[in-house]
Amino acid sequence: MAAPAMERTDVTNGSARPDATRTVTMAKSLNMGLRSALEQDPKVLVMGEDVGKLGGVFRVTDGLQKDFGEHRVLDTPLAESGIIGTAVGLAIRGYRPVCEIQFDGFIFPGYDQIVSQLAKLHFRSQGKVKMPVVVRVPFGGGIGAVEHHSESPESLFAHIGGLKVVSCSNPVDAYWMLRQAIECDDPVLFFEPKRRYYEKAELNTEAQPPPLFASRVLRRGTAATIATYGPTVPTCLAAANAAAEEGTELEVIDLRSLSPLDLGPVFESVRRTGRLVLASEAPPESSITSEITARVQQECFYSLEAPVLRVTGFDVPYPPTKLEKHFLPDLDRVLDAVDRSLAF
Amino acid sequence: MSPEHWTRPAHPADEPDNGVTSGPPAATAAKPTREQVIAGLRATSEGGADLVQLLTPEGERVTHPDFDIDLTAAQLRDLYRDMVLVRRFDREGNALQRQGQLGIWVPLLGQEAAQIGAGRALRSGDMAFPSYREHGVAWCRGLDPTELLGIFRGTDHGSWDPLSTGFHLYTIVIGNQALNAAGYAMGQKFDGKVGDDDGEATMVFFGDGATSQGDVHEAMVWGSVYDAPLVLFCQNNQWAISEPLERQTRVPLYQRAAGYGFPGIRVDGNDVLASLAVSKWALDECRHGNGPVLIEAFTYRMDAHTTTDDPTRYRLSDELEAWKLKDPIERLRVHLVREHDADQAFFDEVQAESDELAARFREFCFSMPEPDPGRIFSEVYADPSPAVTAQRDELLGYLDGFAEQPAAAQGGVH
Ligand SMILES: Cc1ncc(C[n+]2csc(CCOP(=O)(O)OP(=O)(O)O)c2C)c(N)n1
Repeated sequence: MAAPAMERTDVTNGSARPDATRTVTMAKSLNMGLRSALEQDPKVLVMGEDVGKLGGVFRVTDGLQKDFGEHRVLDTPLAESGIIGTAVGLAIRGYRPVCEIQFDGFIFPGYDQIVSQLAKLHFRSQGKVKMPVVVRVPFGGGIGAVEHHSESPESLFAHIGGLKVVSCSNPVDAYWMLRQAIECDDPVLFFEPKRRYYEKAELNTEAQPPPLFASRVLRRGTAATIATYGPTVPTCLAAANAAAEEGTELEVIDLRSLSPLDLGPVFESVRRTGRLVLASEAPPESSITSEITARVQQECFYSLEAPVLRVTGFDVPYPPTKLEKHFLPDLDRVLDAVDRSLAF
Repeated sequence: MSPEHWTRPAHPADEPDNGVTSGPPAATAAKPTREQVIAGLRATSEGGADLVQLLTPEGERVTHPDFDIDLTAAQLRDLYRDMVLVRRFDREGNALQRQGQLGIWVPLLGQEAAQIGAGRALRSGDMAFPSYREHGVAWCRGLDPTELLGIFRGTDHGSWDPLSTGFHLYTIVIGNQALNAAGYAMGQKFDGKVGDDDGEATMVFFGDGATSQGDVHEAMVWGSVYDAPLVLFCQNNQWAISEPLERQTRVPLYQRAAGYGFPGIRVDGNDVLASLAVSKWALDECRHGNGPVLIEAFTYRMDAHTTTDDPTRYRLSDELEAWKLKDPIERLRVHLVREHDADQAFFDEVQAESDELAARFREFCFSMPEPDPGRIFSEVYADPSPAVTAQRDELLGYLDGFAEQPAAAQGGVH
């Protein structure tokens, strides 16, 4: 079924339309991002479990199959290795699949295909085969779900050469980062903080987007730096607001890109503040926060006034939901780490 | 009954005409239309001679040449009681979720006969590997239904002992348990527990959607090449969340068994007698060393996938209405009244018992204690890890700090 002719959304030089700015949830902005990618490029496909009629369990793909047909928006059989493996084949054939994994904990049946094929084909073929595949993964906890629905496996992917890994934290980034990830000729693991799906912001679809693989300073401050990504970004911003009421100005950086890591702004900030607190829901051992800690001590050793401190989940399987309030970094734990840093 | 009956190559002349397997050999056959394929997948008692049924939707007892079962009136009443009680606490679980007492509930409504039939065929030495909807099988394994609540209330990941109950923990990652079950069954065989009437067997439960997963396919390969005493019990409830059966397969699921070299049987999953008879037969085959066996219990998920699902987005109410007429409990009730003089007193008794169970279930839910934060770190390893122990001490020390300054504890919103 052919896509209906629709108005083209031009990212770079469109003239401002009155309806270009809307208040949207992150789920809606991702939906808009997918829609405009499907409209612009007939080779873009959306595929996954329940993405069609149901519109995905979080409704991120709502209405897309109705408008683009069953061969652009594919309800796949229930098999993640199949989803990723066929996306690899479709990419070899020139398509740009955007795969949805229903929940973080269900990516592992597809892990083999991601690590063995998706990550390595460009290198193995000496650049002859491109892998423009996006794998969207709703991740993290805080929604009171049962086992396997709250995990933060992003470090496992950042560890794999050949993959790019990003995570959005707000509706505006979600839209632009997804658009750019789909345009990227490399495989991108796209981590969406599921407990932020229904938070809202104003999105202007004709604005000039920041680059995809770059971190961003969200709040300027002098006392200490907090670097974070995904679901803990709003938590850290709230912590910075709370600290500001007591006269402590914290700098908050949203890392956005986890592989490659864009640590330039972090180094620059730490050289000014002398203190770094990292926040992430993922277990700390051998993680993105360990990597940043190592690199900051290497690059900013003489500027550091305190050791780099981390506020994270723990090195255990994700606990039952009645315990997740103790597992997830919250505002108090972030401020406690800031206090410890300032006390050095 | 010999397995060959089920595994020999299809012969055009003796295949039922369900629009899929009939006609000339595949190479020359006209490709079936999409509609024919779907009709074949959905063929039921009205459409397929392949469906094992002992009790019609009207409650009439019918016979089957290969699978029959002789049950006393008392045994039939027990099966009825099982189904009513299981349905009752399932509905209570659903209601408790609606009232905010549970984070989620996975309803089994409509699948009582499939589960009670299979569950009552198991013996104490057998092992069952459930997915996450098998509350009826849990009941048959002797778990108190309250043991299921922790998972859905979020206080634990399963509170029972899989080894002493013969009922493994619920498995949420689709299909994983099929391979675990195949391995367990291989162990039963390696231990010499297979070969006669007293042999052991393993039964694994999964849905129609799960049959698309590599793990389920691999379990069939492993089970088959090691002749494991494994009964693969697929509850084909027609839907994998929003995806219909035809999104998972082009052939009726039970027919896939032939490709692995073991019997595949389709049973009316809303008929507890047939489910019991076929399960007993299959387990018996396994006990004697003739496993594996695949059973496709043809049934229907009458409620939402889970309490977070909205089935009105993807399925028609007509379908639901048609399946209501095949209700597993109602047909046994009619049969009991007609053929076994079950009187109102019996039904009232079961009703009263189910109300009591529901009340106890609900009360237990309300009184469940909050888990201790230390539980996050306990039993992660058999041999405790110093790093995890240090993380525990740090968190518990941090939380103790709040106890002294209650004001600070208020701020934990994010
Ligand atoms: C590996 C994996 N992928 C996705 C999911 C999300 N999910 C949970 S249940 C389900 C549908 C399962 O359908 P089926 O196997 O037919 O069993 P049913 O729920 O109908 O009993 C899906 C896609 C999951 N739990 N595990």
